[in-house]
Amino acid sequence: MSKMKSVSIMDAAIIVPAIGAAFKKLDPRSLARNPVMFVVAVVSALTTVLFLKDIAVGNSNLGFSFQIIIWLWFTVLFANFAEAVAEGRGKAQADSLRRTRTETQAKLLTGEDRAKFVMVPGAGLKVGDLVLVEAGDIIPSDGEVVEGVASVNEAAITGESAPVIRESGGDRSAVTGGTQVLSDWIKVRITAAAGSTFLDRMIALVEGAERQKTPNEIALNILLAGMTLIFVLATATIPSFATYAGGSVPVVVLVALFVTLIPTTIGALLSAIGIAGMDRLVRFNVLAMSGRAVEAAGDVDTLLLDKTGTITLGNRQASEFRPIKGVTEKELADAAQLASLADETPEGRSIVVLAKEKYAIRERDMRTLHASFVPFTAQTRMSGVDVEGSSIRKGAVDAILDHVAKGPAAALASSASGVATMQASSASIVEIRAIAEEIAKSGGTPLAVVRDGRPLGVIHLKDIVKGGIKERFTELRRMGIRTVMITGDNPMTAAAIAAEAGVDDFLAQATPENKLQLIREEQAKGKLVAMCGDGTNDAPALAQADVGVAMNTGTVAAREAGNMVDLDSDPTKLIEIVEIGKQLLMTRGALTTFSIANDIAKYFAIIPAMFLAFYPQLKVLNVMNLSTPQSAILSAIIFNALIIIALIPLALRGVKYHAVGAASLLRRNLIIYGLGGIIVPFIGIKAIDMVVSALGLA
Amino acid sequence: MLKQLRPALVMIVIFTAITGLAYPLAMTGISGMLFPKQAEGSLIVENGTVIGSELIGQNFASEKYFHGRPSVTLGPDPADPSKSVVVPYNAANSMGSNLGPANPALIERVKTDLEKLKAENPGQPVPIDLVTTTGSGLDPDISPEGALFQLPRVAKARGVPEDKLRDLVSDLTQAPILGILGEPRVNVLALNRALDAMAK
Amino acid sequence: MTINGWIQILIFCGIVVLLVKPLGGYMTRVYQGERTFLSFIFAPFERLLYRLAGTSENEDQHWTTYAAGMLAFNLLGFLVLYALQRFQAGLPFNPAGMGAVGPELAFNTATSFVTNTNWQNYGGESTMSYLVQMAGLTVQNFVSAATGMALAIALVRGFSRASAKSIGNFWVDLTRSTLYILLPLCIVLTLFYVYSGVPQTLGAYIDATTLEGAKQTIAVGPVASQLAIKMLGTNGGGFFNANSAHPFENPDALVNLVQMVTIFAIGAALTNVFGRMVGNQRQGWAILASMGVLFIVGVIVTYWAEAAGNPLIHALGIEGGNMEGKEVRFGIPLSALFAVVTTAASCGAVNAMHDSFTALGGMIPIINMELGEVIIGGVGAGLYGILIFVIIAIFVAGLMVGRTPEYLGKKIEGKEVKMAMLAMLCLPLAMLVFTAISVVMPSAVASIANQGPHGFSEILYAYTSAAANNGSAFGGLTGNTPWYNITLGIVMMMGRFMVIIPALAIAGSLAAKKTVPASAGTFPTDSGLFVGLLVGVILIVGGLTFLPALALGPIAEHLAIAAGQTF
Repeated sequence: MSKMKSVSIMDAAIIVPAIGAAFKKLDPRSLARNPVMFVVAVVSALTTVLFLKDIAVGNSNLGFSFQIIIWLWFTVLFANFAEAVAEGRGKAQADSLRRTRTETQAKLLTGEDRAKFVMVPGAGLKVGDLVLVEAGDIIPSDGEVVEGVASVNEAAITGESAPVIRESGGDRSAVTGGTQVLSDWIKVRITAAAGSTFLDRMIALVEGAERQKTPNEIALNILLAGMTLIFVLATATIPSFATYAGGSVPVVVLVALFVTLIPTTIGALLSAIGIAGMDRLVRFNVLAMSGRAVEAAGDVDTLLLDKTGTITLGNRQASEFRPIKGVTEKELADAAQLASLADETPEGRSIVVLAKEKYAIRERDMRTLHASFVPFTAQTRMSGVDVEGSSIRKGAVDAILDHVAKGPAAALASSASGVATMQASSASIVEIRAIAEEIAKSGGTPLAVVRDGRPLGVIHLKDIVKGGIKERFTELRRMGIRTVMITGDNPMTAAAIAAEAGVDDFLAQATPENKLQLIREEQAKGKLVAMCGDGTNDAPALAQADVGVAMNTGTVAAREAGNMVDLDSDPTKLIEIVEIGKQLLMTRGALTTFSIANDIAKYFAIIPAMFLAFYPQLKVLNVMNLSTPQSAILSAIIFNALIIIALIPLALRGVKYHAVGAASLLRRNLIIYGLGGIIVPFIGIKAIDMVVSALGLA
Repeated sequence: MLKQLRPALVMIVIFTAITGLAYPLAMTGISGMLFPKQAEGSLIVENGTVIGSELIGQNFASEKYFHGRPSVTLGPDPADPSKSVVVPYNAANSMGSNLGPANPALIERVKTDLEKLKAENPGQPVPIDLVTTTGSGLDPDISPEGALFQLPRVAKARGVPEDKLRDLVSDLTQAPILGILGEPRVNVLALNRALDAMAK
Repeated sequence: MTINGWIQILIFCGIVVLLVKPLGGYMTRVYQGERTFLSFIFAPFERLLYRLAGTSENEDQHWTTYAAGMLAFNLLGFLVLYALQRFQAGLPFNPAGMGAVGPELAFNTATSFVTNTNWQNYGGESTMSYLVQMAGLTVQNFVSAATGMALAIALVRGFSRASAKSIGNFWVDLTRSTLYILLPLCIVLTLFYVYSGVPQTLGAYIDATTLEGAKQTIAVGPVASQLAIKMLGTNGGGFFNANSAHPFENPDALVNLVQMVTIFAIGAALTNVFGRMVGNQRQGWAILASMGVLFIVGVIVTYWAEAAGNPLIHALGIEGGNMEGKEVRFGIPLSALFAVVTTAASCGAVNAMHDSFTALGGMIPIINMELGEVIIGGVGAGLYGILIFVIIAIFVAGLMVGRTPEYLGKKIEGKEVKMAMLAMLCLPLAMLVFTAISVVMPSAVASIANQGPHGFSEILYAYTSAAANNGSAFGGLTGNTPWYNITLGIVMMMGRFMVIIPALAIAGSLAAKKTVPASAGTFPTDSGLFVGLLVGVILIVGGLTFLPALALGPIAEHLAIAAGQTF
């Protein structure tokens, strides 16, 4: 599904610059963004200064201090490196985007006539300018098509090379700067000034330049800062405790204890997790306008999904001809086929196909029949054909019955035979309604067919529910997410499809207003709502929803209203977006838990080592049986630094999300990251200690 | 905050009146009526003089009495009232030794007491309650083992057969409440009074 | 350890658990303003009281107003208590003729009782007049407990209300806690205690002539009425210096059992009130279960350590558990149990001298307090204390289910985390920093009664107890010095108000939030898993901070004793 070239985690192209960036990020201004690592850097600097003083004075045992200090700095550098790697992946993508943003010349129109234009640099365009884009031209900036139709290659942003149609009016009028017109021409009204186009925003987003801390991240930072302060108190009081006991603890050891206790692991990886979360969305071809939206996606309680295209295949298909009494199936099929011959809609085609398959009614040529096609209009809500003096119409049942009531039959009502027709009609109207209701109840769409004012029967159009969608909804339900199907169908049809697809609820006969209403109601109950939409009339609902995913094919209004844009315009993706949001939150939680759980082992490594000089009996606390006090302290600080590196892949990849209930998810993650967080450092520190003492480092 | 001053004032006055005066005074009155003996401190009065409280331990030093547990309550020095000295079972100043388990003073004290007790009744294991101080300094009880340990000494000092004393101790041993709650114990003052009564 | 000892412990636990539902149900009705069987007496009085105070039961307060009322009331209570002590010599009900209490000690004592700590740097029978004991100390025993209960209810309202600006009325909560819950129970308990032998008299101390002819002055007083509220309100301030080890303050094992049960009763029932008010009693049970796990572990360690006894004494050729500083009528199991109960709840009453406990037996009380008194805890204080831990636990692990952490439908966000961390921070700040200063100050170290690690533990215990608003002590430490009187007073205030104010802020912020309905994706907070998580977070986040101090105190002492070393 991911069409952009995804960059592997350990790509040299990313690693090498990231190492450089890790040093650049030692700049206090950039460190200050991360309270935990800032504190580590400060104490590292402090111990370095003390160390230099010791060298000047000529103190002994400098080798041990030196190693501790090296690892303290490594801790900071590893954190910077993690962030740099995460950013690096985005940068690689941004660079490939930037390459498409070549300098363009725009044909700025000077009048109505599309022959009159001047060539100006694309960067100089202002909002509201009208430009002409012809086959082969690059669209100079974001805009809206005001005239013309063209096929456009949007591979630059979507990675999809198949051209798409862009035309004025309707829901496919938005064009994006940097994409290329392949055929025909369009007039475009510019909607974004240079530097703030969609492509610019996209580059900024994937680079992480615009990254702001999300609410959750801020709260987590507060927690980490608070824990850091608590451990400041815990370690700063030790020297005086030791004095009471008649001993002393070297500053470098205190610093080592402090740095290993404060949550450096999560502190180091926190921003990398955030950047990677956005990045994961980008690789899914979804652009989130803010990290807040990604987080909100994880919290979504209610998903509003459009029926058509998301739950059902876009097209309904004729599945049955249901004549009324006195009309044969074949007669109805024949009329229906005639009425649909010129109907190019998928529904129309499916009627012709069904008539052929079931009744072997061959396709006929409209021209040889001298038939004239009556196209569908919003007013008549039916289409049909006038042929050989008779008129055949098909359409929504209400519309057809309306047509029957005031159509030719009504005109005949004055004649004696007209009375009979009327009676026949009223009987057949009842029958048509009965059949239509039956079809609607089963989830189908009834299409009535009438010939010369005489109802013949009903065509059963069936919605085809996408394969596998029911399982997806079951999964969502297990995640605690309620799905609501949005459809323009009548309630009966909607209910049947909802049951077949397994959604929890549906909104039938949806209008933009009642869609907005539904979102507000859900939100009033404290729920977070996600939806996707493309049309201009979806904009208010997209803006109201907590997560509004606009389709890239949609209008500018929709794109502006939503807080995410799906470049593939695939409404099903909403489900993946929710999973990515959850994954982001889970990764943070898992690493926080892991980081905090680590403290137990670190205490058991350092405390006996620290106090052994004056309370030798405390050696029983050395449960890991570490070889020497120095080695114990050094091993703990090395473990603390290396675990950051070891967890970078997990931070970037994210903790795997399983669509099970929160209870079992929690159990699983608590065992892996909580219990694991307690056990792993015991093993790790012991292993490092063995290496350290084998190498004779301490 | 200033707006809260009036309710604060009203509440503190009313609650002082209710919980600080009405409640204890009413309880004192009712208790005095319902349980006059206990309310006054479960005092033992003999011939018009108070000889102690059933619940409060007394200091016994004489060979003829069973001794209570070591008590380290402080009291004014009879020689110089401005100084405090150990006055065991001072019921106006309850307190324990507060010696920590590793304090050499504790070990020394136990050792000294132990040697004294061992001399009294050689060959018998010394019950631990006889060498450890009471928490309040006023513990009225000793364990039945503690009483039985002292039995030979008291019997010898009083010149009564040990069996008779053994019966007395077992009569005065209080079992745990319902056989479960608390520990079996012997009230030293009650035991010694019974000894005196027996002698009369 | 004996089977009978464990049976007694189980009986105690069983009674507490059985009381939770009925008491919780009754208290819920009281706080929600429903009619109870006592309404016919108190309802008219309540209305009159509110009118006098210029408030009404229908007036709901924003959290800041609630906090302001609470602070004003506590400040005033402090001033009254301070003045009573300073002027006791000239006031009535002073048959023993006690002189004025010194300024530092009066400050310490006033702070101590207002903050529900009841740390005592004085011996009751040798310092305080009956008037101070009744109108000063007993009053604060009631209202400081009622304050704690009111605050807990305010925080619970934060969870149970949705999109609300207010969290209740402090004056109403205070009054109802006192009149409907504390006072009636105290009346019943007082009568039981007097019946069992606890004195209740305004008469002078009694001079007795002992069997050996010596003079024994027996201190008495209105003990029972104070004893009842001292336990029920988890105050712990004894009438006598020896507190509940004194035979008058705890005459037998049945009274002892009732005392322990009443220490836990309200705190445990409040978890049920919480469950009921948030609409799911299981939530309350889950919290109680977490407390229960920590409690049982503490009991096992302390009982084991005390029953195992002191190896240094065993070396002299005596068998048996550690009876130093314990009373025969309670023996080792009831002394160990009482120590854990009184420090798990922030009561601080003692029936044996903690200072003379074995190193590990005495460590559990310290740990209980270091965890912030969340194992049942002080009445009210325990509930809001553990809810602060719940917020941290939910926030740390809640993310692991892939949602913004939420508890009972309330999203836990930056503001709650900030306030919770502020409250968490105050404990190590008060406990560790003041200990660190004192252990290197020669004048402060001079106060210790035992040398070596045990002396360190004495100082650590003092500040830990003060910050946790517990009030029990390693009694060997001479606390009645200007340094300890003043710093312990400050620490008690920090431990009380630096937790209360953030807790109220959390209540206000939560009440204003919408309640998110639970779904399959919601973090389940009434399961065994949650209990395990909460216990883990309390131990790791709350407890590990103190490991260095514990290593240098009780742990070093324990290991030294095992090696035959004395200090």
